Amino acid sequence: MAKSEGEMTWKDLEIGAIVVAPGSARQYESGTWRSQRPTYDFTRCIKCGLCALYCPEGCINQNEDGYFEADLFYCKGCGVCARECWPRVIKMVEEVE
Amino acid sequence: MVTRVGIEVSIALADAVKLANPDVVAAYPITPQTHIVEHLAELVANGELDAEYIPVESEHSAMSACLGSAAAGARTFTATASQGLALMNEVVYVAAPMRLPIVMAVANRALSAPLSIWCDHSDMMSVRDTGWIQIIAENGQQCVDNIICAFRIAEDRRVLLPVMVHLDGFNLTHVIEPIIFPEQEKVDKFLPRNRFPLPLNPDKPVAMGDFAPPVIFTETKWAHEVAIRNSQKVVHEIWNEYHTAFGRQYHPVEKYHSDSAKVLIMTMGAVGETASVAIDEMRAEGMDIGQIRLRLWRPFPFKELREAAKDADILIVMDRSISYGGPGGPVASEVKSAFYSQAKKPKIVSYVISLGGRDTTVSDFKGIVKKSIEIAEKGSRNEYEIYGVRE
Repeated sequence: MAKSEGEMTWKDLEIGAIVVAPGSARQYESGTWRSQRPTYDFTRCIKCGLCALYCPEGCINQNEDGYFEADLFYCKGCGVCARECWPRVIKMVEEVE
Repeated sequence: MVTRVGIEVSIALADAVKLANPDVVAAYPITPQTHIVEHLAELVANGELDAEYIPVESEHSAMSACLGSAAAGARTFTATASQGLALMNEVVYVAAPMRLPIVMAVANRALSAPLSIWCDHSDMMSVRDTGWIQIIAENGQQCVDNIICAFRIAEDRRVLLPVMVHLDGFNLTHVIEPIIFPEQEKVDKFLPRNRFPLPLNPDKPVAMGDFAPPVIFTETKWAHEVAIRNSQKVVHEIWNEYHTAFGRQYHPVEKYHSDSAKVLIMTMGAVGETASVAIDEMRAEGMDIGQIRLRLWRPFPFKELREAAKDADILIVMDRSISYGGPGGPVASEVKSAFYSQAKKPKIVSYVISLGGRDTTVSDFKGIVKKSIEIAEKGSRNEYEIYGVRE
């Protein structure tokens, strides 16, 4: 297993920081940018999937019960899903320390 | 037998590029670089040079095409000047940290405004921190030799950095000089095939110039810094090898009567030869004066500079550009920082000369030396002096 970017020294970089394996962007935790996170009241959800269509990060997937939910590893907390969710399932709440 | 050919320096430089047998030339014409790329286009059109000549629509595109070409593992050349270098600036910054071994000739010319087509080093200073290796030529022969060395340096596995060869616009590009051309077979031997270690290749895909988040960006910058620092010993080695093969030797700091001289003039570029004539005359008049010339601007040869000026009392540094509102001459500023930590250091006098093509003559240099000695003895309120400005 290759080192994560946080563990790599300058010596571990390929020449010119060339990326030689696919999928490196998936390792990047854009969720650390978030100041608000989505919360869900699934009792109102009709599983229309609009939130997943609108999500600019493409990080909303269906869970085991078929409800749409953001992957917090990637979710930047932009709130677009909450804005577009017309049955008002999604509510953004402040991230607390 | 050595044959000298009388030839315009731009044409000679283009012929040196041909000797290096590049795969791709992507360039846009701009005064005073035009003859270089015109002649290369001609060589390709006539079938004398088997290379792809890409007549791009701007310098930004020229350097972008060079990135792609070098990334594919092709030996790549371009040339520009002044506004052209400014227009390609964004992409010039990209080439070095991507470690692409591009060679670029820069026919130094003043940056606008006001418009000037004539030589100074303001364009050179605009790319100072791009992380390219930068060699400064002083005459036509040095252009020819260093273009060939530049490919060898850039493509060396221990270096893999782009290299600029600076030559003064008009003062060099448009003059006819006697040039010794290296023989093709010897150049072929000196310059093996370019083998970029991780080229673009559909069978082994890679991503280049990718996004680097804060967690890894500093490491990429340090890798670049270490690479350019370490390149200096390879530059020495290749210059030595060039000397063995072709008989002409280059050094990061070149000396002219400088050993143990009390007063030194430091120059960069073609004015150096005029300064040398002034040195000859002043020495004939009994003055203890010498000259040092900077051949390698990046990586900056701190050690060689300190060594070359260690016995001097006064070091007069000539600049052909101004860092406005700052220390004045950018070269003098670096020289001062090179000596700041030293216990014994010369008094450094900074002079800005020859802006936008104004000549600095032999008698001008003598005047500068006289004034500099006064400044060194009595001090000056100015951070730097500008020569010949009408007040």
